[in-house]
Amino acid sequence: MKSPTDYAIVFVRKHRPVDKTKRWLWLLIRTIMILGFCFVILFPLFQRVSVAFRSKADIYDPTVLWIPRHITLDNFRIAIESSHYVTALLNTIYVSASTTVIQMASCALAAYAFARLRFKGSGILFALVIFTIVVPPQTIMIPLYLTYRYFDLFGVVHLVTGKRGLNLIDTFWPFIISAGTAMGLKNGLYIYIFRQFFRGIPKEVEEAALVDGAGVFRTFFRIMLPNAVPAIVTVLLFSFVWQWNDSYYVSLFLKQVKVLSTSLMDMGIGLKEPDPIYTSMLLNTGVLLTIAPLVIMYLFVQRYFVESVERTGITG
Amino acid sequence: MEKKRMTLKQKNAWYGVLFATPLMIGMVLLFILPMIQSFRYSLSSLDMVEGGFDVTYKGFSNYTSLFTTNPDFPRTLTESVVNLVVNVPLIIIFSLFAAVLLNQKFKGRSFARAVFFLPVIIASSAIANLDISSFVGGGAIGSGSGDDSGGVMQSIELSKMMLDSGLSPGIVNYLTGAVDRIYEIISSSGVQILIFLAGLQSISPSLYEASKIEGATGYESFWKITFPMMTPLILTNMVYSITDTVNSNSINLLISETAFKVFDFGLSAAMSWVFFLCVGLVLALSVGLISRKVFYYD
Repeated sequence: MKSPTDYAIVFVRKHRPVDKTKRWLWLLIRTIMILGFCFVILFPLFQRVSVAFRSKADIYDPTVLWIPRHITLDNFRIAIESSHYVTALLNTIYVSASTTVIQMASCALAAYAFARLRFKGSGILFALVIFTIVVPPQTIMIPLYLTYRYFDLFGVVHLVTGKRGLNLIDTFWPFIISAGTAMGLKNGLYIYIFRQFFRGIPKEVEEAALVDGAGVFRTFFRIMLPNAVPAIVTVLLFSFVWQWNDSYYVSLFLKQVKVLSTSLMDMGIGLKEPDPIYTSMLLNTGVLLTIAPLVIMYLFVQRYFVESVERTGITG
Repeated sequence: MEKKRMTLKQKNAWYGVLFATPLMIGMVLLFILPMIQSFRYSLSSLDMVEGGFDVTYKGFSNYTSLFTTNPDFPRTLTESVVNLVVNVPLIIIFSLFAAVLLNQKFKGRSFARAVFFLPVIIASSAIANLDISSFVGGGAIGSGSGDDSGGVMQSIELSKMMLDSGLSPGIVNYLTGAVDRIYEIISSSGVQILIFLAGLQSISPSLYEASKIEGATGYESFWKITFPMMTPLILTNMVYSITDTVNSNSINLLISETAFKVFDFGLSAAMSWVFFLCVGLVLALSVGLISRKVFYYD
């Protein structure tokens, strides 16, 4: 005959109520937190989308919370017209895509040199690369502007033509040149990522390639790059997105040529709309139009993105 | 007499030089020279003349005028630096926390991850943060005031509660301010979450197994295993966060406007150098403090 305590002991052993409660509580708290954070992130976005379809009458209608009463596409129409959306979009795609590809090439090459082909002074050079990440871009803003305003490769142009150099402002050359020499937006970070990754690839692989008669270039293109797909994906995405969203360098080098971020800035001024709230509504639509291509792209690649960053070896 | 052949190492070194040539050209042309020039400009005044500009040496007068006659600069500088010092720890704490959360197995994990990195895509630019707070109709959820778009949660009750429990007002303000700025913090910690996540993946599970067998609770194993293993990344993330928050700052606007609206290039260069020195100081201090505590597992 067992006493009730024995039953209780058996029950506890079998079901472990304390552990279970703990686990469920943690699950509950975790779910609430994750949902909360997701809400904080997504809420402004949903709000922007909701606002973008509203007509003027809905602004002052307190009963409109999410679904607009008068759904219109007028905001989009006005925003597209006033920001010269199509040309700006094409320019942005052009700049972002070209710099992304060029940057990736120059950064990967330099990073391979840092990781495997050590030369005298490569350590110092790498320290300088890290230093470029740390220096705020404003510090070299003016000289950089003047460099491209009177562009002159070590005085060659001056010798040939006698002018004070070429004016590259309002062309895409500044971006191409910066990207080609691995000095573009956050390129130090990309070099760092690539270097970490290349260091993680075993040396034996390269030695085997060497024994089989592959030269340095062949090893790099046939062995290192195919192995570095995660790093490549990460860098591609980051550089494309950051170049797309960048307003700082773009407004520095392009005064007349419009890309999305600068045309957005000027849009508010160009609207000539007396109602400030309606203006901000149109601006909001402009922001949506700017980020829409990125978000659509992100939906397709986000799985690769998260997985590859985890295997980038950024952790060193 | 045969030609002396290079060893493999020498050959590779030359290839290395070749591979790094673009970087070296860029380094000299677009970084080192501009740095030197910028310092020179900060000690002089630039005048635009026909077909170029003239540089006249003025000594340190730009720097002195910044702190004596310039109305905006000292205020903006302190604002920016304080902002940096306040936000960076919050970003790091939050991103570590979020990474630990996202690293666990649960249903809808990939969705949650996708959402958490969305700010990297969206909010990495100043324009995307054009607030729509001037809306009358929007944002009126939970708070009833609707005066800020991100701060759906108003922390009035929270601060009351904490003050009643006897915390000092300074700490309370810091924490509630963090809650009010939660959107700002979340949106600027995307990359940091990624870095931490990658680090968490690389901790070997055997450590956790061993500690579990020894009877460690989840709390203990976090502080004794996860946290020490994350310290190198905390350092990395701190450097990244500092450089990142520098790029989105009120002082940038001042520097740009001084250069391209007032056309006082010398003053603008001086401003940026002072700012750079401040940021460098913060960086050096924090790196010095943290790198003493960093634990490297080999």
